[in-house]
Amino acid sequence: MLARVDDRHQRTVPISIDGRAVEARVGDTVAAALLTADVAACRVSTVSENPRGPYCLMGVCFECLVTIDGVGNRQGCLIEVRDGMAIETQSRRREAGR
Amino acid sequence: MSRLASLPEMWDVLVVGAGPAGMAAATVTASAGLSTLVIDEGPGPGGQIWRAIMTTPVMSRPVLGSDYWAGAPAVRAFYESGATYLPSTQVWSLDADGVAGLSAEGEARYVSARRVVIATGAMERPFPIPGWTLPGVMTAGAAQGLLKTSGLYPSDRLVIAGTGPLVWLYAAQLLAAGGRISALLDTTDPGARLAATRSFPAFAASPYLAKGLALMARVRARVRVLRKVTALSIDGRERATAVRFRRGGGAEEQIPADTVLLHQGVVPQVNLAMATGVGHRWDDRQLCFVPEIDPFGQTGLERIAIAGDGAGIGGWEMAVERGRLAGIGAARALGIASDLVPSPNPALKRLRALARPRAFLDTFYRPAVAFRRPAPETIVCRCEEVTAGDIAKAVDIGALGPAQLKAYTRCGMGPCQGRMCGLTVTELMAAKRGVSPAEIGYFRLRPPVKPITLAELASLPVDGANVKAVVRS
Ligand code: FES
Repeated sequence: MLARVDDRHQRTVPISIDGRAVEARVGDTVAAALLTADVAACRVSTVSENPRGPYCLMGVCFECLVTIDGVGNRQGCLIEVRDGMAIETQSRRREAGR
Repeated sequence: MSRLASLPEMWDVLVVGAGPAGMAAATVTASAGLSTLVIDEGPGPGGQIWRAIMTTPVMSRPVLGSDYWAGAPAVRAFYESGATYLPSTQVWSLDADGVAGLSAEGEARYVSARRVVIATGAMERPFPIPGWTLPGVMTAGAAQGLLKTSGLYPSDRLVIAGTGPLVWLYAAQLLAAGGRISALLDTTDPGARLAATRSFPAFAASPYLAKGLALMARVRARVRVLRKVTALSIDGRERATAVRFRRGGGAEEQIPADTVLLHQGVVPQVNLAMATGVGHRWDDRQLCFVPEIDPFGQTGLERIAIAGDGAGIGGWEMAVERGRLAGIGAARALGIASDLVPSPNPALKRLRALARPRAFLDTFYRPAVAFRRPAPETIVCRCEEVTAGDIAKAVDIGALGPAQLKAYTRCGMGPCQGRMCGLTVTELMAAKRGVSPAEIGYFRLRPPVKPITLAELASLPVDGANVKAVVRS
């Protein structure tokens, strides 16, 4: 669970996480938006299918991979949320072609 | 036209990374009149240390502290320098001729530069312990980035574990922001403390001592700090629920935790430089690979220089000076008149002063062996879920180095391309084979150093030679 300092009173935009409508703070990354929405695991590991969540939040660990607007394996910690963005967690083995 | 498509193809200078070093290098070359392109994968300038400095919602200055806000003038100078800055853009390949593959917004293209400064900075050293792959476990740097970028901090049961200045800095920032910490588990190796006494005088003469002690005092006043922590592991099934550890040779203890932050120092990000063909050597004091460079960051490849923490860990003040020197080196190599290029002497002098206290920091915070060469059941390669035991077994059946290890185990072949396991692999294989880490070496890295989609590749402009290379007539 996260608390927030918000000295700039940043506005929010609507996004969806696995089809659920959420308000996300402008300037937050996709990974931050997931954590704020209490989604700790954004995918399962490829070998043992154990849950994984963001680890480094700076683009090096590739644990934050999610599907964004239909494109799979995007690094959620490097991409900012946008109005209407559809985020899907990769909670099953990914099908080819996505 | 998209941002990438409208970009000129030829540049005097390409800088990869818009942290302290990259911005300083670009400020020098652009001010000298050289066309300068700066690429960064993050959404704003500043690198990790000054992350989100133009947009952070944490505006009360004491929270993030003076080292953070020291970045504001550097960013302003960078913006005013005339350099072209492309955020949210990846460099997925670079060759010795200065040709770089870029991608952004689903498109890719090549640009070419007469000089390149690689300023990709540092990352946190892997901290392989049982449970480090559980959701709820992050690095201290990750949490610090969340605070800077979004003003977010953990509000559930939080345990911070590890060693190094960032542990204390983040703890102090978090407390100032209004957060609470259940416990700080200090894994600083008692042996390392002892070994560091010899380099203490130079450290005591620097401003870092007073600064560090003040920081620690502020944290200790409000947080339970447990020292000599060993045998650290994290419990949980779907996510972290507790940490387990011993103090010295004491009995096992357990503390409930929803969020666990790990940190044991930072190491250079070497992927782009290594894939470009820059020679690296093992640094036995910093326990990592560093590029072979001269004082201007010049590598053995004529067109390529490296600046900042990617050239060896020194902190942001050193990164600024090394960035400046790399910019000066590039401007001189490109024949810019000497009255347009600053003298390197002030930067060289400041670097010497800044280097003096480093020996103490490197030695004092040298991570314990047990946290660099974990027990057999511990996952080392997070992507392919290869354990320390798997690596030992591969050595037993004949794997000599990281390259063979890949073939035997897939270790280092997942999406992070060995970033999270490379150093652990080198140290494990060296110990198992009884040779030095230098002899084992590192993974052989190749482009693309960042994932690129087929659609992005297909968007690359095609010329006659490309077609001839693949189409049979
Ligand atoms: S959390 Fe590590 S790459 Fe995104």
